[in-house]
Amino acid sequence: MIVKLEHVTKKFGDVVAVDDINLETRDGEFVALLGPSGCGKTTTLLMIAGIYRPTEGVIRFGGRVVNRVPPKDRNIGMVFQSYALYPHMTVLENLTFPMRLKKVPRTEMLQRAQQVADMMGIGHLLDRKPGQLSGGQQQRVALGRALVKQPDVLLFDEPLSNLDARLRLSMRAEIKRLQLDLGITSIYVTHDQVEAMTMAERIAVIRDGQLQAFCPPNELYDQPRTLFVASFIGNPPMNFLEVEVVADGDAFKARCPEIEIPVSAERGRAAAGRGKVVMGVRPEDIYLTRDGIAGEVYVVEPLGRDDLVDVRVGDVHFKTLVDPGLGLKIGDQVRFGIRPERVQFFDPRTEHSLLWN
Amino acid sequence: MSEDIARMGQCKGPNRLLDHLRRAWGPFLFMAPATILVLIFFLAPVIIIIGISLTNMSSATGFKNWAWIGLQNYGKIFRNPKSGTIFRNTVFYVLVTLSLFNVGMALVVALLTTHVPRRGGFLFRSLWLLPRITPSVVYIMMWNYIAADAPYGILNRHLLTPLGVKPTNWVPAQPWAFVILTNGFIGASFGMIIFSSAIESIPRDYMIAALVDGCSLWQRIRYVILPMIRWPLLFVTTYQTLSLLTSFEYILLLTDGQFNTEVWSLWAYHRALNNYWGNFQWGFGAALATILVIVGIVMAVVYMRYFQFTELVQEPRIEAL
Repeated sequence: MIVKLEHVTKKFGDVVAVDDINLETRDGEFVALLGPSGCGKTTTLLMIAGIYRPTEGVIRFGGRVVNRVPPKDRNIGMVFQSYALYPHMTVLENLTFPMRLKKVPRTEMLQRAQQVADMMGIGHLLDRKPGQLSGGQQQRVALGRALVKQPDVLLFDEPLSNLDARLRLSMRAEIKRLQLDLGITSIYVTHDQVEAMTMAERIAVIRDGQLQAFCPPNELYDQPRTLFVASFIGNPPMNFLEVEVVADGDAFKARCPEIEIPVSAERGRAAAGRGKVVMGVRPEDIYLTRDGIAGEVYVVEPLGRDDLVDVRVGDVHFKTLVDPGLGLKIGDQVRFGIRPERVQFFDPRTEHSLLWN
Repeated sequence: MSEDIARMGQCKGPNRLLDHLRRAWGPFLFMAPATILVLIFFLAPVIIIIGISLTNMSSATGFKNWAWIGLQNYGKIFRNPKSGTIFRNTVFYVLVTLSLFNVGMALVVALLTTHVPRRGGFLFRSLWLLPRITPSVVYIMMWNYIAADAPYGILNRHLLTPLGVKPTNWVPAQPWAFVILTNGFIGASFGMIIFSSAIESIPRDYMIAALVDGCSLWQRIRYVILPMIRWPLLFVTTYQTLSLLTSFEYILLLTDGQFNTEVWSLWAYHRALNNYWGNFQWGFGAALATILVIVGIVMAVVYMRYFQFTELVQEPRIEAL
């Protein structure tokens, strides 16, 4: 099922929650809606579910306009952060509830419930109440309840946020695999960029109700179209500094008062002669070297596989990932370089990328 | 060394006892004010009433010349030809008011006002509370005015005559309807407040899940909302049963028990505190009240057992992974 949003806007009184979003999924695609809390991603999801009606614009399911179609006639399955399992029903009753409402014959109902329960590994829990299950088990039941209807579209509203870190990791992989096997178009709301990056085929980044980007994860990471996307995606986050890019013959340099950073011609050209621009550098694109920019170690945060080191050059701080074997300590003098072909440039006023528009 | 330990043990003994006492007293001290109030104002009257019910105390004997007469008052109640009728009246009054209004209409109003825009629902519920804060006498006077015989009465003059219904004196014509209406409109507001707060506190995700799962409005009420407000439903049912059993002020003001609307608590009031002949039979009235207390306790226990209150108030399980 192809879900398509055309100029969709949602207002609550004077507040614009979703502002003119255009988005089209492919059939069977896994799309993540990513953004900070309050950005409008859940509102968007609830409009796709049919709980809210768009103030303006059109939502299509496979070409059919569904703006006025109630949730029960959209054939969607939904999974919630709170699981939202009916506490007074057993697992089996929870699973069969959507089918009971549709008056599916009893034998078929039980057969389908059993099939989904086996698929989700909850077959032995069918006669329990949700209160007697762990969070992970509850989420499996919730997922089963969404799947048992054989929906055309699956909607996820931060389904893993209530699980502990390790369980979240394994459920993440499980949901991804399941979605791939079943091929059901899925829309997944999350504020966790790692979740979005790892699971989705394409990510829609939303901020203040506006769609900032809609592209595959690696493109989002390597070619951020706005300053917001660049700062939101990536952990540890990108370094930003205000520079002026100047051409020096064929070479380009990014200059700020105390530092001069060589950048690739291809990227430097787009930013040269524009006065002050914002340069973005990912921590992994900064490397220690003998002849580079001199700085002083300001903070060292051990992350296990790497140390996250904050290097200070005058008033400017760079975060970089360093081999813990080097044993850097606060106050150490270091020299570092920046991969010239990996830097990003943004217009400080519009916050749009100077490279990718 | 061992001597030291022995001495320490000796030192510790009394201290520990004191500690223990202090710790045990703490909770009791905190509970004392409430406990004392409950004992004086709830338990003591019950005991006094039971005591009085075993005497022949009345305005004829005064407070001095009364005598213990054992269970004679109770014998009199069971032999009294009116007690059967009044018992049936009471059961009818409690059952109908409870089911139609105190629970039924309370639920309907709560469901309606939680499914309309918030402010409208709030306004409507506030209006519904007005009779409860209106003095009983004023409230019943309003009903008297509504039901008054022709040529007066809002019902007769403005509502029914235009429809061609013959005017009549409505309270004597339909005494139970008015007794139940007057009590029900006030009684419903209690359940309405509790139910609507319970409905509004159902997490939004359940409502969305129900819609996505394919519920119609009615199915959502039947399969999701009602089961989730089971505890307030049972609480209101129990509480209002007991409250209706002992309430009589509106009946007193509206019909004073005439037209066969005497209920048990009103009977006790009439016999003990207010009757035409002026002989206030405190002992007999106390026996009537005692029976009401016993019925109330039995009902409360039955409700608690039948509805498994202990299970409903079970502590929530801590989320385990």
